[in-house]
Amino acid sequence: MIDAYWLPVIFIGLMGLAVIVYAILDGYDLGVGILLPLSAQDELNRDTMIASIGPFWDANETWLVLAVGLMLIAFPAANSLVFYHLYMPVAIMLIGLIMRGVAFDFRAKAAIDHKQTWDRTFKAGSLITTLSQGYMLGLYIMGFEQSISAKLFAVLSALGVTAAYCYIGGAWLILKTEGELQKRAVDWTRKAGRTCMLGVIAVSIVNPIVNPGVFDRWFDFPLVMFALLIPALCFAAFIGNDFLLGRMPKVNDRHSWMPLLLVVAVFILCFVGLAFSFFPEVVPGQLDIWEAASSPEALTVILIGAVIVVPVILLYTVYAYYVFHGKATELNYH
Amino acid sequence: MLDTLMLSRIQFAANISFHILFPTITIALCWILLFFKVRHDQTGDPVWMRAYRFWVKIFALSFALGVVSGITMSFQFGTNWPGFMETVGNVAGPLLGYEVLTAFFLEATFLGIMLFGIKRVPPKVHTFATLMVAVGTTLSAFWILALDSWMQTPAGFEMRDGVAHVTSWFEVIFNPSFPYRLGHKLLASGLTAAFLVAGISAYRLLKGDTKRAPKMTLKVSLVIAAVLAPVQAFVGDLHGLNTFEYQPQKVAAMEGAWETKNGAPLLLFAIPDQENQRNKFEIGIPNLASLILTHELDGEVRGLKDFPDEQPPVAPVFFSFRVMVGLGLLMIALSWYGVWQLRKRGELPKWMLQGLVAMTFSGWVATLAGWYVTEIGRQPWLVTGVLKTADAVTTVPPANVGLSLTLYLIVYAVLLTAYIHTIRSMALKAVKIEDFETNEPVADGNLTNLGNQTKEVQA
Ligand code: HDD
Ligand code: HEM
Ligand code: HEM
Repeated sequence: MIDAYWLPVIFIGLMGLAVIVYAILDGYDLGVGILLPLSAQDELNRDTMIASIGPFWDANETWLVLAVGLMLIAFPAANSLVFYHLYMPVAIMLIGLIMRGVAFDFRAKAAIDHKQTWDRTFKAGSLITTLSQGYMLGLYIMGFEQSISAKLFAVLSALGVTAAYCYIGGAWLILKTEGELQKRAVDWTRKAGRTCMLGVIAVSIVNPIVNPGVFDRWFDFPLVMFALLIPALCFAAFIGNDFLLGRMPKVNDRHSWMPLLLVVAVFILCFVGLAFSFFPEVVPGQLDIWEAASSPEALTVILIGAVIVVPVILLYTVYAYYVFHGKATELNYH
Repeated sequence: MLDTLMLSRIQFAANISFHILFPTITIALCWILLFFKVRHDQTGDPVWMRAYRFWVKIFALSFALGVVSGITMSFQFGTNWPGFMETVGNVAGPLLGYEVLTAFFLEATFLGIMLFGIKRVPPKVHTFATLMVAVGTTLSAFWILALDSWMQTPAGFEMRDGVAHVTSWFEVIFNPSFPYRLGHKLLASGLTAAFLVAGISAYRLLKGDTKRAPKMTLKVSLVIAAVLAPVQAFVGDLHGLNTFEYQPQKVAAMEGAWETKNGAPLLLFAIPDQENQRNKFEIGIPNLASLILTHELDGEVRGLKDFPDEQPPVAPVFFSFRVMVGLGLLMIALSWYGVWQLRKRGELPKWMLQGLVAMTFSGWVATLAGWYVTEIGRQPWLVTGVLKTADAVTTVPPANVGLSLTLYLIVYAVLLTAYIHTIRSMALKAVKIEDFETNEPVADGNLTNLGNQTKEVQA
């Protein structure tokens, strides 16, 4: 039996895992949605772009359900507090998710004259979802402060997350498309990457200034050596990727998977940085994981299930990606 | 002015009502699709594949709507009912958690292979993927209904400092009303899908479709309905008896019974008047309610006046119950007559086809009506005897809840219209064009127009 000290730690780890996997997976498909070009002559490109995420988006969103579920299950008190403050942004995000998820299916079945409308809905839904997620992240980092500056910071964060999702979405497209569309994807990815880097720099400066605890943690002496490794690696990935993108696409589609890999690295590093800033608090400055946790018995019951089931989930997820490997244009629908 | 509690209740009711429409279709439709697929693999007859391809599109659309509205549901607990998880989170959490882990990932991941993978994996693997999606949707019903039933008839827990702690997981999951609710719900899903398939197939036939596929699907769906409908009435009866034991005030509301009586009548119609605690008008069959509920002509049925503090709103429960049972009886009649006609003459008379078209979404109506009976009949409790709805609600200002509710309602109205409209236009399109008679899948514009060089053949 694992004790009441370690269970919450394990669960915050699991929740963190679900959040970062969600950000990467749904990040790329939301990014593809935001990047969707709407002009009439781009119809084929839109089809290919949407085809590239077709088999995956549903499973990707399930990671969000898991993350929220874990918070609900493991940290009910935090859940209540967080959603009290995020009531409206959550509602707006959900509406964005609804619009996007259904537009996806409707566009193919609707009459041709409606297809355009559903494509617009798809793009708008992706954008709304992303902006509200970024806004919520900003409010969260600011510990749900009610000030104007906190709101401004949240707006900044919304833009940053949008850039980040475009970044990963573009990198996904480089992997999954070819020809003219791939060239455009390279261009999108490069621009999004630069914007994203500015965003990360801004957040890294503001965060320690407004949250004194965060400052102490990052600049505490012996640890600082290790801690600074995170941003250093992160910027190396940004810059390396920018350099690489400058030479893409290469002959025979060489290295088309590299940008995606580097963006994933950026995502993970940023996430580790954030986690390092706040652990063991679930709501910055207000609640730590032990105060918020549910009963050890309930957590143990879920942990047993998770230990058995999560590897199976990972196995069949890998299988699904294997089934749909290769360029999106080769996909066949029925 | 509506307060946060009332608005949150309306919002929850609107969200879950919208959500449940789609699982009700997808749970059973996936098994029906599996049947088409397996028949095709066994017989090699391409008509099964064409039935599969037409219905898999409707399935995909319903599934997408189910997923996005379901995601909304899982946020509702946090946004509107914080008291729920804080009080019974130790029970609800693991049940919801197991649903995500065992059901949602399974169905969502294999859905990709089921919908888009037919050419990329061997036929057996594709059939297996279809099976996994069907298992996933059914498992998801298992877990969520375990929770819902537990909220109706809680068991296997103890209260410590105002928080529920589990003493036996077996008793929590297999709580007294669970087997009935699960059975009744899965059958409801089967009936909803069967009448949907029958209705759309009948519509195609009425529009002059001469192909084999709609005739086959009409037959299959009518047979399914004819088998399930009587079983549903039987299980519904058992369910009612179970409720009579554990939630007598709910049964009293369903029956419109105010006074405790020996030999209570079965009311066919009445207008319940909660203010004056009586019915304004009633037509009933003497002693029948007692006979059904106690199996004795003069058995005792407790009336609502016995539960002055725990009376649910009576009128909605009373009327919803009659809508559900009425539709249930109509389903038995129609499906039996239809199967009989098919056996005798090999086809259905025109009025019968029209009747089936009118019943296309009858499963939705019956399901919602049944659920209103169950949920409204539970009020004022959220978890019977443990937590009142009013104690679980959020403190978010009413204006915010009002705004989110308005947004949801608009979105749902648009989507419901689009959904029904799209199914209709898909059916019309299928009357004219259908996939080539081949085992090879043909890209037909589902999801994208990629390689959209379908041969438009009058099959
Ligand atoms: C009897 C069945 C049933 C009931 C009562 C509910 N659901 Fe549901 N739900 C399903 C049956 C289902 C399903 C069949 O598994 C769905 C529908 C279509 C689908 O994709 O999966 C689904 C989807 C679905 C999803 C998306 C899963 C995914 O990403 O694939 C979520 C998050 C929820 N539901 C959550 C809920 C919550 C919080 C409910 C109650 C408050 C609820 N559902 C009631
Ligand atoms: C699937 C079909 C379902 C339908 C159609 C449905 C419908 C409803 C309705 C109409 C109410 C409102 C009753 C009232 O306030 O007068 C309600 C209440 C509620 N139900 Fe359900 N329900 C369903 C399933 C579930 C499930 C599976 C759960 C839990 C896991 C659940 C949890 C609740 C809660 C928390 C409330 C309290 C909020 C409220 O009173 O509005 N329901 N439901
Ligand atoms: C024909 C006779 C039927 C009878 C006698 C019957 C009986 C019942 C009863 C007594 C309840 C209330 C359960 C409670 O007290 O909590 C109920 C609920 C319900 N009914 Fe029916 N029913 C019938 C037909 C149908 C049909 C045809 C459908 C749908 C196609 C349906 C769908 C539902 C649903 C979804 C619920 C709520 C979930 C539950 O608690 O199981 N019923 N039914």
